[in-house]
Amino acid sequence: MQDDAAILVEDLHKSFGDVQALNGVDLRVGRGTVLGVLGPNGAGKTTVVRILTTLLNPDRGRALVEGRDVVREAATVREIIGLAGQSTAIQEELTGRENLEIVGRLYHLDKPAARRRASQLLDQFELSTASDRPAKTYSGGMLRRLDLAASLVAKPAVLFLDEPTTGLDPRSRIGMWEIIRTLVAEGTTLFLTTQYLDEADELADEIVVIDHGKVIASGTAETLKDRVGGNVVEFVLPDRSRLADAAGAVAALADAEPSTEPDTGRVAVRVGSRGSDALVQAVRNLDSAGIEVDGLALRRPSLDDVFMALTGHAAETEEPVGGKRGRKRRGRAAQPAEQAPTQGGPR
Amino acid sequence: MSAVTTARSGARAATPATGLGRRMRLGTMDAFTMTRRELLIWFRVPAYIFFTIIQPIMFVLLFRYVFGGAIPVPNSTYVDFLMPGIIAQSAAFASFGTAIALARQIQKGVIDRFRSMPIARSAVLAGRLLSDSLRLTLTVLVILGVGYAVGFRFHNGVGPAILMLVLGIALGVVVCCISAYVGLAIRDEESVGSFGLVWLFPLTFVSSAFVPVAKMPGWLQAFANNQPVTIVIDEMRALALGGPLALHAWQSAVWLVGILVVFVPLAVRAYRRV
Ligand SMILES: Nc1ncnc2c1ncn2[C@@H]1O[C@H](COP(=O)(O)OP(=O)(O)OP(=O)(O)O)[C@@H](O)[C@H]1O
Ligand SMILES: [Mg+2]
Repeated sequence: MQDDAAILVEDLHKSFGDVQALNGVDLRVGRGTVLGVLGPNGAGKTTVVRILTTLLNPDRGRALVEGRDVVREAATVREIIGLAGQSTAIQEELTGRENLEIVGRLYHLDKPAARRRASQLLDQFELSTASDRPAKTYSGGMLRRLDLAASLVAKPAVLFLDEPTTGLDPRSRIGMWEIIRTLVAEGTTLFLTTQYLDEADELADEIVVIDHGKVIASGTAETLKDRVGGNVVEFVLPDRSRLADAAGAVAALADAEPSTEPDTGRVAVRVGSRGSDALVQAVRNLDSAGIEVDGLALRRPSLDDVFMALTGHAAETEEPVGGKRGRKRRGRAAQPAEQAPTQGGPR
Repeated sequence: MSAVTTARSGARAATPATGLGRRMRLGTMDAFTMTRRELLIWFRVPAYIFFTIIQPIMFVLLFRYVFGGAIPVPNSTYVDFLMPGIIAQSAAFASFGTAIALARQIQKGVIDRFRSMPIARSAVLAGRLLSDSLRLTLTVLVILGVGYAVGFRFHNGVGPAILMLVLGIALGVVVCCISAYVGLAIRDEESVGSFGLVWLFPLTFVSSAFVPVAKMPGWLQAFANNQPVTIVIDEMRALALGGPLALHAWQSAVWLVGILVVFVPLAVRAYRRV
């Protein structure tokens, strides 16, 4: 149908015994764009990736990659995709170079071409100095880079990355983002799953949020944020006794009542899509009312806020408390969804 | 950072496989690439080399000098009796490597990566079995050399001697097919290593490999006499030392082919479902 869709997914269902992993997923990814698939542990992200990369057949629904059905035309789909899965698929006894050369040979490059392509990728991913060491001596970040390099050997038109930065330190994460941005700039269509809200925000053109095997929201990072109530003008009163005056002074900025926190002296007002003009107006109103404020700021809602607003709960995880990825969001679960978040998000 | 997707179309030599001939050619290429890959891995890990070479040598010496003196055999010296048996047993035990490597590669996601690539579906299994066949051929030749050093001799001419080695290797390859299925079905290196292959012990030790079956209790004889490893070993012994060939020859062939007919499709199906 849509001939500019690189990936089209309709009504995808998959269950494993009693577990309904996918419960009617619809997706569309435009050619050359990045779709960020966001969801907590067990949401069904990997299951979608496995179906799209021909590793798993759906129970119901269909999925097309570049117009090819992933079940009936699996062999053709395999020719156009690249996959870097949630865990790295590197043979650790072999060197980085050997890993890449063998992948090249399996894509039927001749020997010199496979060798050239391996060197090129090793350079590009800053693995040259380690290229002739067995991969079991690599750090986690190096293994991730090698794994991504392996998925790029045949220059796939559509690339699937399943949580490519999970387990990486902040510096390696940003390095990985840079690599991914370069790929995207060169026209690769990217299907990216992540649990990191800021990662989707950084890399994706479009975001879908999935939870319990269903898409619960989709759109650009901006439209998703608008659904939470848009921007927030926020400030703190050094003089707590003037809380009511301050709220009155900024009430005109929005239809909704400003929210106030007597404990901290914080005032927040949702201003929808208004930006700096709302900020300017707030400054004027407060000034003419003779109210002194600290830290007056316009804050974009974070995708954490989005998840809260959509599901009524923070991104919950299947992992026990202390699970490596759930901690940050778990901390926010105590806040009711309506209340303006008091901490700054990633922005 | 600039060359990632330049010449996107130029890098891929292969276009979608069309003709059957072309598919077979690419499939063969893939199988050889996988074979080379597995041999390279084998070569890198000292433990694998130990299991392929050192352990079988120790077995030969152990049976020849420690147990051998206590085991009387009819019409032959113990070392002549032992060699066909220990060659078959070692060839069968080589299949540990098959099951464990497959389970490990599934766990590591390596097999999934291959399944997402345009590789012939048969190539991973074919490469595995081909490299394992080479590996166990090496084991068999090493054992034979050690056997010669400790007194073993063929008594039936060169042709039958070669046939005996081929039969031993064939048994090993067939058992590798069973192990491949086990590895692919269990998918967990630990479980495969601890209980997935226990059946190999009765199959090889409750056979005529090390002790004449007539020396076992009656209920064990019933099993030992009618199981494929005994039948193959008896044929190997007849080839090496002389004796009637025909009966065990066709029984061996039926068993080996029968096991292939059952376990190759099972392994292929398990591979598709990984
Ligand atoms: N092979 C399988 N057998 C049984 N259940 C499975 C299988 N694969 C996935 N599931 C279940 O399906 C659900 C979705 O799993 P999936 O791996 O797609 O989640 P995910 O979003 O990728 O999670 P994570 O962030 O932890 O990787 C989970 O409840 C999971 O336990
Ligand atoms: Mg996952």
